[in-house]
Amino acid sequence: MSEKPKLNLNRVEMPKQEPEIRGHNFDEVAQGYTREMAIEEAGRCLQCKKRNCVEGCPVNVNIPEFILALREDRMWDAVDALKTNNALPGICGRVCPQESQCEVHCTLEKKGAPVAIGRLERFVADWERAQPDKPSPQITSPSGKKVAIIGSGPAGLTAAADLAKLGHQVTLFEALHVAGGVLMYGIPEFRLPKEIVQGEVEYVKSLGVDVRLNSVIGKIDTIDELLAEGYDAVFLGTGAGLPMFLNIPGENLNGIYSANEYLTRTNLMKAYLFPEYDTPIKKSQKVAVIGGGNVAMDSARCALRLGAKEVYIIYRRSREELPARSEEVENAEEEGIVFKFLTNPKRFLGNEEGWVTGMECYEMQLGEPDESGRRRPVVKEGSEFVIDVDTVVVALGTTPNPLIASTTEGLETTKKGTVVADQETGKTVKDRVWAGGDIVTGAATVISAMGAGKRAAEAINAYLRR
Amino acid sequence: MYKILHREDLTPAIHLFEIEAPAIAKKAQAGQFVVLMVDEKGERFPLTIAGWDREKGSVTIVFMEVGMTTRKLAGLKEGDSLYAFIGPLGMPTEVEKFGTVVCVAGGFATAIVVPVAQALKDAGNKVISIMGFRNKELMFWEDKLKAVSDELIICTDDGSYGRKALVTQPLKEVLESNKDVKRVIAIGPTIMMKFAAKTTEPFGVKTIVSLNPIMVDGTGMCGCCRVEVGGKTEFTCVDGPDFDGHKVDWDILMDRQKSYLYEERVSLEHWQECCRMEGKA
Repeated sequence: MSEKPKLNLNRVEMPKQEPEIRGHNFDEVAQGYTREMAIEEAGRCLQCKKRNCVEGCPVNVNIPEFILALREDRMWDAVDALKTNNALPGICGRVCPQESQCEVHCTLEKKGAPVAIGRLERFVADWERAQPDKPSPQITSPSGKKVAIIGSGPAGLTAAADLAKLGHQVTLFEALHVAGGVLMYGIPEFRLPKEIVQGEVEYVKSLGVDVRLNSVIGKIDTIDELLAEGYDAVFLGTGAGLPMFLNIPGENLNGIYSANEYLTRTNLMKAYLFPEYDTPIKKSQKVAVIGGGNVAMDSARCALRLGAKEVYIIYRRSREELPARSEEVENAEEEGIVFKFLTNPKRFLGNEEGWVTGMECYEMQLGEPDESGRRRPVVKEGSEFVIDVDTVVVALGTTPNPLIASTTEGLETTKKGTVVADQETGKTVKDRVWAGGDIVTGAATVISAMGAGKRAAEAINAYLRR
Repeated sequence: MYKILHREDLTPAIHLFEIEAPAIAKKAQAGQFVVLMVDEKGERFPLTIAGWDREKGSVTIVFMEVGMTTRKLAGLKEGDSLYAFIGPLGMPTEVEKFGTVVCVAGGFATAIVVPVAQALKDAGNKVISIMGFRNKELMFWEDKLKAVSDELIICTDDGSYGRKALVTQPLKEVLESNKDVKRVIAIGPTIMMKFAAKTTEPFGVKTIVSLNPIMVDGTGMCGCCRVEVGGKTEFTCVDGPDFDGHKVDWDILMDRQKSYLYEERVSLEHWQECCRMEGKA
């Protein structure tokens, strides 16, 4: 294939479940390319000399290589090219914001039709998962060094995989009863099937990583004890798991959930399969989700699938400021989620039994830009109105769980509760301790956490092999 | 992992399991709790720790059959294993030399009062314990609580053993006759803790209660267990489970505990139906 492909601006669409059908099931919305579609889309890649797409990727996936191999039907080469820098391609192919990372740098983006890198990544990962016999991964000879990784979310899994490949003995501690962190409890099945996550966890285990579930570090051993007990280095990847609330009257009424609780019940505990699974969730009629990020979109779409008749997104700014991916906003709108912009709750109203029945809201208007660069929402005085609801989901964001910081001597934390760590290496001010992902940045994306896990793994390896 | 090393039926509906869990046993302290799952499809369910053996690496739990999960749990035998067992969670009970303390135990919570009373006694306190049960048949561990108390008062609702009284009556009397009581620890059903706290309030004696709201993860992640204490929202799983009983908003707690009454019934019926089908097969 020395001859350059012709400029083709027909981006191959990925089949999706129709909105009126998918709104009633938890099956995956986007159904993935067929082999023909994947090869056609891969054929559009120009194999540019300057690899801007790779630069845009937080883990620097060898994008042109894997796409070339795919197009030439060398599938195992495609898998290798993909997995050299990314242990979790099935996950990234589904949840990465490619439009602002790799695809935004694609030469064809200027023509309005970037190569669908994410969809191709997903195709290759799914192809590999379906193969009965997989070649065993290459692992460097044992270094004799032990690393403890705290938290099995995207940062921890990535760091674990990279360090294991580099020959270190890795133990991955997880507080919950399954590995995957936010990939399991947060992101819903219809966006990221749990089978995919567990498949990628199995891959990390196949590299020799010892996964210890149900282990709350800080409550069982502390970081200092792990270091004293023979671990040479520790990586903190415990994420941002603490939900924020509005702190307005009535917030502790029944029927008001944090997004973490709503999503944990639904995704991790599979409340949508109640009573076959034991954890219940309220069957609601009218649900208000407060917030405009991806977690708010996920909560709203879960509420719909759990049977709600009306689901509102309540957001205090306007459509332009929505922090959620535009793809997720579109999906939500297609499914019938109603967006109420420039609206902010003042207090919650309840009945005698302590259940939420409504929400008094203010109308807002946008003022001058604030420190985030977005225009600050300001209350319109006297604009109060009531929305009737029987369930509210508060999706305002999360902060790091203070457990590790409060039980570890000599870690530096910020006012927001995040752990201070070097941006490039993840090194904290504490000897032999690195950190990365949401615990350092506050709530961000899966792929940025993976990037941090990857950089920390390199730094830890350099330290251990010094 | 999490093997049931020993099982004891304390009453027909109250059971003790000694669980193999060395990492938790190493760190457990009085007042902390575990979250357990019976099986892969089970709910995450909190139980306050009733004891531990650091050398053996075991943690003891005591539970009463109430809903589906506790009944399912009661169906396990020695040698079976739990699917998940996580802890030690929450803050330990504050223990120091206060002077004279009163420990009030309601029903099956006696099992979790024993390690608290033990810790208080070990710290040099004079411990007066009050245990209350509905009737004699439901009673257990009189000997254990007696062994860690300087004085033990027993009462039953129907008078079938000890005094015929609710725990609040002897509690009031003890406070009236012992002006030097520095602290009260009351653990039991929410309604009992509420009235124990109401009883001690006029005496101005700090009263610690161990709250048991609904939880999911038990590590501060979901906020399901939030309670209002002194007008401030706290998460029971990480800020508690012990709180100042005089500051707890009991109405909110009790409303929130009822969130899933309907679903709990559905769940129990579904499980019983499954058991019947399995029995037939």
